[in-house]
Amino acid sequence: MDFEFSDDQRLLKDSVDKLIGAAYDDLGKRNKAQAEPHGYSEELWTKYAELGLLSLPFSEEEGGFGGGTVETMIVMEAIGRGLALEPFFASIILGANFIRLGASAAMRQDLVPLIADGSQRLAFAHTERQARYDLHDVATQARRTGNGFILEGDKSVVVHGDSATKLVVSARTGGNRRDRHGITLFLVDTESTPGLSRRAFPTQDGQRAASVSLGSVELPESAVLGEVDHGADLIDSVSALATAALCAEAVGAMSALHDLTLDYLKTRKQFGVTIGSFQVLQHRAVDMFTALEQARSMEYFAAMMATAENPRERQAAISAAKIQINKSIRFLGQSAIQMHGGIGVTMEYRSGHYFKRLTMLESAFGDTDHHMRLLDKAGGLLEAA
Amino acid sequence: MDLRYTPEEVAFRDEMKTFFREKIPAEIRNKGAAGHHATKQDMITAQRIMNQHGLAVTNWPVEWGGKDWTPMQRYIYTEELMSNHVPAPLPFNVAMVGPVIAFFGTEEQKKHFLPRAANIDDWWCQGFSEPGAGSDLASLKTRAVRDGDHYVINGQKTWTTLAQYADWIFVLARTNPEARKRQEGISFILVDMKTPGITVRPIQLVDGGHEVNEVFFDDVRVPVGHLVGEENRGWDCAKFLLANERSGIARVGLSKANIRRLRDLARTVPSGDATVWDSESFRYKVNEVEIDLKALEITQLRVIANERKRGGLPDPASSILKIKGSEIQQRITELALELAGPFALPYHDMEDEIPDGANDLPDGFDWADTVAPSYFNNRKVTIYGGSNEIQRNIIAKMVLGF
Ligand SMILES: Cc1cc2nc3c(=O)[nH]c(=O)nc-3n(C[C@H](O)[C@H](O)[C@H](O)COP(=O)(O)OP(=O)(O)OC[C@H]3O[C@@H](n4cnc5c(N)ncnc54)[C@H](O)[C@@H]3O)c2cc1C
Repeated sequence: MDFEFSDDQRLLKDSVDKLIGAAYDDLGKRNKAQAEPHGYSEELWTKYAELGLLSLPFSEEEGGFGGGTVETMIVMEAIGRGLALEPFFASIILGANFIRLGASAAMRQDLVPLIADGSQRLAFAHTERQARYDLHDVATQARRTGNGFILEGDKSVVVHGDSATKLVVSARTGGNRRDRHGITLFLVDTESTPGLSRRAFPTQDGQRAASVSLGSVELPESAVLGEVDHGADLIDSVSALATAALCAEAVGAMSALHDLTLDYLKTRKQFGVTIGSFQVLQHRAVDMFTALEQARSMEYFAAMMATAENPRERQAAISAAKIQINKSIRFLGQSAIQMHGGIGVTMEYRSGHYFKRLTMLESAFGDTDHHMRLLDKAGGLLEAA
Repeated sequence: MDLRYTPEEVAFRDEMKTFFREKIPAEIRNKGAAGHHATKQDMITAQRIMNQHGLAVTNWPVEWGGKDWTPMQRYIYTEELMSNHVPAPLPFNVAMVGPVIAFFGTEEQKKHFLPRAANIDDWWCQGFSEPGAGSDLASLKTRAVRDGDHYVINGQKTWTTLAQYADWIFVLARTNPEARKRQEGISFILVDMKTPGITVRPIQLVDGGHEVNEVFFDDVRVPVGHLVGEENRGWDCAKFLLANERSGIARVGLSKANIRRLRDLARTVPSGDATVWDSESFRYKVNEVEIDLKALEITQLRVIANERKRGGLPDPASSILKIKGSEIQQRITELALELAGPFALPYHDMEDEIPDGANDLPDGFDWADTVAPSYFNNRKVTIYGGSNEIQRNIIAKMVLGF
C-alpha cells in the first residue's frame, strides 16, 4: 500500500496549488472574477491551459496530460481550497471525459486541441425537472429522422451551461423515461444550433448555470457520443469520475475551512482569553478534524475505485465515499460557522463562502439519501468474509 | 395533570387565530409562508393593525397598552401569530426597548417613547454588540462622556439588525471606565439616528441579504435626558432585556408552520415514479423533528407554568428553549434544502422586490429559491440572542450547579 504521490504528481500539486492559491488568496479577487462576463477569470482559464490542466484526462498520445484519478484529485483539491470559479469540473471532468470515452476519432481530432487550449468549453446538460438525482431519468426525446435526430425537451441547472460552447445533451432514443437502456448522448454546439436556447443565472455558491431548452433541435448522426441507446454506460463511467472529483473538491474546501477556523479560535478573544481555550470549542475542532480525515480517506477510496471494472463495486465505493463526504460537510461546515460567531454568516468573510460551496457539493451528483439507496442496492460495502 | 387546553384557552386561541387571519392582509402572511422576508412596510402595516386592536404590545404593563394575560394566553398569542406567518411586532421596540423604558424609564420617557414604539412611529434598533464584545458583552468599549447636559458618544457597534430602517438606537456605552467591575460602568442611552456623527455601514449576510449593519459613533452628542435608569447601571437594563429576549425564542409556532409546509411541498416534488414524501427515509426525518418539536412545546409549557411559581423571574431552564428551538429551526431548513435537491442551486436576488407568485424564477420549483438562503441565514439563530454555547454555560452553572 502506498499513499505517497509520485514526483510528477508532487510537481503537479505544487504548480496547481501555487496558481490557484495566488489567484484566489483574497475574496476581492474572487469577487472580481465573478464579475467578469462568464463569471470566472478568463486570464486564469488561459493559465490552466498553459499548465496543461485542460487536457488532463486525454492521453499523452493524443496530446493530452495523461492524468488519472489521482491527478484529478490533486487539481480538484486545489480548486476546493481556492474556491476557484473556473469551469474545470464542467468542462474537463465532465466534458472532456465524455469526449475521451465517447467521441469518434474524427471528433476527437478536432476537439481535443481546442478543449486543451481552453477555447472550447463544455457542459453537461442532463438534469431534468422530474429526475432529481436519478441519472437514468431522461424525458427529453430524440426522434430519428432520415439522416439524424430531432431533440425536444428541457434541461435544468446545467452548471456553466451559460458559457459553454458545446453541451453534452442526454436524450431518449428508446425505452421509457426511467429505463437504463435507450439513452443517447449528443454533442451540441451552443452558438450555431437553431432551436437551442439558454437562460443563464447565478448559483448560490457564486458560480453560474443555465437552463437549456431544446425545441426541435436538428442534429446530424455525427453528433452522437458513444453508441445510440447506450448513453447510460458513458454516463455511469463519467459520473463515477465526477463524483470522485467532487469528493476531492470538498476535501480541499473542508481542509481550508478547518484551517480558517483553527486560526480564528487561536486569535479571537472573548472574556480576556482566546476562544480556543474553551474546551468545548477544542473538542468541536477535534471532531471537525476527525470528520475531515474520515472524508480524506474516502476521497482516496473514491479516486482508487472510480475506474473499477466491476460496476457494482464501483457504484458501492463511489456512493459510500459521497455519503461520508456529505456527512463531513454538514458537521464541519456548520461547526465552522458556529465557532466564527457573527463573522461566520457574512459575505465579507471567507468561511461563509466555503460553507455555501460545500453545501452545494453535498447535493451535487446525489445527496446522502440517494447514495444510501444506491449503496443498498449494490449490496453494501463489505464483501462477505 | 392535563395537557389539553381548557375551554377558555381554546376560545382564546380561536379568537387570536381569527384576528390574525382576518385582520392581517393575506398578501403579507403568504410572503412569510413562502419563506420570504417581510419588507419594512409589511412589518409596519402588520404592527399598526395589531396596535389598533390592542394586540401589538401585549407583554407591556397594562397602563401602557399591555394585557393582563396569563402566561398561557401569552403563549397562545405568540403561537398563533407565528403559525399564521404574521410578522412579529418589531422585537427591538416591543420585546426590548419598550419593556426597559416601561420598567426603568422616567414618566416623560414613557409618555414620549412608548406609544410611538408601540405604533412603530419610531423604528428602534439594538446597539449592544461590538467587534470586540460579542458573547462577552461586558467588555464593550463605546464611550459616553458627560459634557454639560449632553453625553458625547464615541465608538462602534456591530451586527445592528435593520439599523438602515431605524429612527432610534438604544446603546450600551461605558460611562465609567474606572468602575471596579466591568459591568458597573455601563449606561443605557437612547440615541436619535439622525444625530450628526452617526454612520451606518451595511454588512451583507451569506444569503445575500442586508439585515445587519455596523454603526459608528463619532462625537455624537445626546441630551442626558435620554439616559434610561441610573448612570452606570445600564447593565441592569441589559440583563432585564436579554431575559425577555430569551423567553420568546423557542419559536414553536413558526417551526410547526414550517414543518406543515415542508410536508405539503414534499408531496409535490417528483422522485422516481412517486414523490419525495413517498420516501420512508425522508418521512422519518420529518417525523423525528416533529417529535423534537412536540417535546419542546411541552417543555416550554412547563417553563411557563413554572414562571408563575417563580413570580415572573426568568427560569434558567429557558436556555433549553433557546438551544432546542434554534436547533429545530435549523433542522427544518436542512430538510427543506434536501427536499429541493438540485433546485436549491439557482440564486435569486433576495433584495429585489418579490415578484407575485415568483413565477419568473429561472429554473426548478417556484418555492426553491429561498431554501438555500434560508439554510445559510438561519445559522445565525444558534449564534445570536446568546449563542448556544453560552446557553449551555448558563444551564451548567445555574441549573446543574457546576
Ligand atoms: C444576524 C445577526 C443579527 C444580530 N443582531 C444584533 C443586534 O441587532 N444588536 C446587537 O447588539 N447584536 C446583534 N447580534 C450580535 C450577536 O448577539 C453576537 O453575534 C453574539 O453575541 C455572538 O458574538 P460574536 O459574534 O462576537 O461571537 P463570539 O462571541 O466571538 O463567539 C465566537 C464563538 O465562540 C463561542 N464562545 C464564546 N464565548 C464562549 C464561552 N465562554 N464558552 C464556550 N464558547 C464560547 C461562541 O458560542 C461562538 O461559537 C446579531 C448577530 C447576528 C449574527
